[in-house]
Amino acid sequence: MRQEKEDPRFKIANREALIGVGLVLFNFIWWFGFAYGMGSKSPEEYTYVLGLPAWFFYSCVLGLIVMSVLVFIIVKFFFVDVSFEEEGEESS
Amino acid sequence: MNWAVIIPLVVFLIIIFFIGFWSSKFIRSSSDSFLSEYFLGGRELGGFILAMTMIATYGSASSFIGGPGIAYTQGFGWVLLSMSQVATGYFVLMILGKKFAIMSRRYNAITLIDFLKERYKSKWVVLFSAFSIIIFLFSAMAAQWIGGARLIESLTGISYLGALFIFAVSVLIYVVIGGFRAVALTDAVQGVVMFAGTLILLIAVIIAGGGVSNIVDGLQTENPNLITPYGFDGNLTATYVSSFWILVGVGVVGLPQVTVRAMSYKNSKAMHRALVVGTIFVGFIMLNMHLIGVFARPILPGIEVGDKVMPLIALEVLPAWLAGIVLAAPMAAIMSTVDSLLLLVSSSVVKDVYLNYIEPNASYTKVKKMSFGVTAILGILVFLLALDPPNLLIWLNLFAFGGLEAAFIWPVVLGLYWSRGNKHGALASMLTGIISYTLLHNFYPSAFGMHTVVLPIILSFVAFILVSLMTEDARTAANDY
Repeated sequence: MRQEKEDPRFKIANREALIGVGLVLFNFIWWFGFAYGMGSKSPEEYTYVLGLPAWFFYSCVLGLIVMSVLVFIIVKFFFVDVSFEEEGEESS
Repeated sequence: MNWAVIIPLVVFLIIIFFIGFWSSKFIRSSSDSFLSEYFLGGRELGGFILAMTMIATYGSASSFIGGPGIAYTQGFGWVLLSMSQVATGYFVLMILGKKFAIMSRRYNAITLIDFLKERYKSKWVVLFSAFSIIIFLFSAMAAQWIGGARLIESLTGISYLGALFIFAVSVLIYVVIGGFRAVALTDAVQGVVMFAGTLILLIAVIIAGGGVSNIVDGLQTENPNLITPYGFDGNLTATYVSSFWILVGVGVVGLPQVTVRAMSYKNSKAMHRALVVGTIFVGFIMLNMHLIGVFARPILPGIEVGDKVMPLIALEVLPAWLAGIVLAAPMAAIMSTVDSLLLLVSSSVVKDVYLNYIEPNASYTKVKKMSFGVTAILGILVFLLALDPPNLLIWLNLFAFGGLEAAFIWPVVLGLYWSRGNKHGALASMLTGIISYTLLHNFYPSAFGMHTVVLPIILSFVAFILVSLMTEDARTAANDY
């Protein structure tokens, strides 16, 4: 029986899964903070960015750009290439 | 009939067919690993195709027809809600990630249920999962199928029956002959069509509305609530909208049609690429498709049926031939969801039930015949049901999505990351998830102002942990794992 705990690839996998959880929490806070922080005012007091209500622009439009860049940076610099095959086994 | 609209749709269908035939070559050439090729494309997906097939499978009729229709009524609040789906672009692949890819190769798993079978070694876990997948996804598929036929009907003027027939034949042929590879490749084409269609329509709508500021002014004059996050009547609460992060963001990890894709990619480079491409594409499509729904309001006020907003606005702001191309996008979205579901249900019948428990030693030719045959028969069955959809089917489809999430999320995620989890926990978690979801859905929907799916996901988590800790074979399971 192979012992999983000794497989170094799982350390990498666990760390990357935790990064995923962190990322989604950040995403949620950004989205929630701008939307309800700026959007709960009365519409007469809204400011606008590029014609869109500011709360919407920062929460959704800028939020998407920030998340895309963040995912790119994290994948590029923190994710590690590993082989998915078992050792000594050839892929078909 | 409107030929300018129909011709681009026909061209689109021909391209899809061509891909199906091309993919079927791979199935003939790979003799020793038929099942892996037919149901998983031989685990050879690259990054771009992987990202596209995830988005296209996930983005269904609701993203292109239903969603924009609701956004038209609710205003910016619904676009905000739809943005919770950006998380699906990276979350699923990061959570299942490398561990799932490694384990499914180690177990030689071709379906999600193969993975559960090896992980928990329990007949009941397998049968219960297969049963849930077959029932729920079959209904979900039939509902999409009906949506596809209605779309063709409304665009071309062909009768519902004729439209259903065209839709069924197109999907069936390429799925039956081409298998997963055909599904993934056509998904990629469909994903690109969805992306391009969204972009073209967004630009056209902004121009027709006289610029973004002008449109937003129009909305504010009509009803200031439309530009707040709270919906047209102020009833979209922050709690309710936030709870969609569970349904369409995080919970998607539990959807079998999505998890199976997380075992289909070639290597970690493909996964990394898909993370980046997927996040950008899914975010772009969701944001802009729903924005189009909102922006359509000042241009075409007074549309009563939400589902008609998309087709009507496309025909209003675009020349007919371009509208044909753009309307291939929702068509693509529906087809790409249906094809994946069809193949998944078929794999559950053939691989998870038939090969596991009915005839484990079936010969190669027999398995091959079964796979083609079951896929085709399921397709025909859906067609017959869609002719006159029974109420049970509609009812099942209503909670297919949430029910499957509540059933599978913890057996999959904790199965990967918590070695103490055992078969009793998994079974308890699945039963709790499905039963509590069904009960809450019918008797106490939107508990505590949240979407119905939230409580069952919490309950099934508790069930998994408690039952795993309480039952005897926890230690042996850990060793075995």
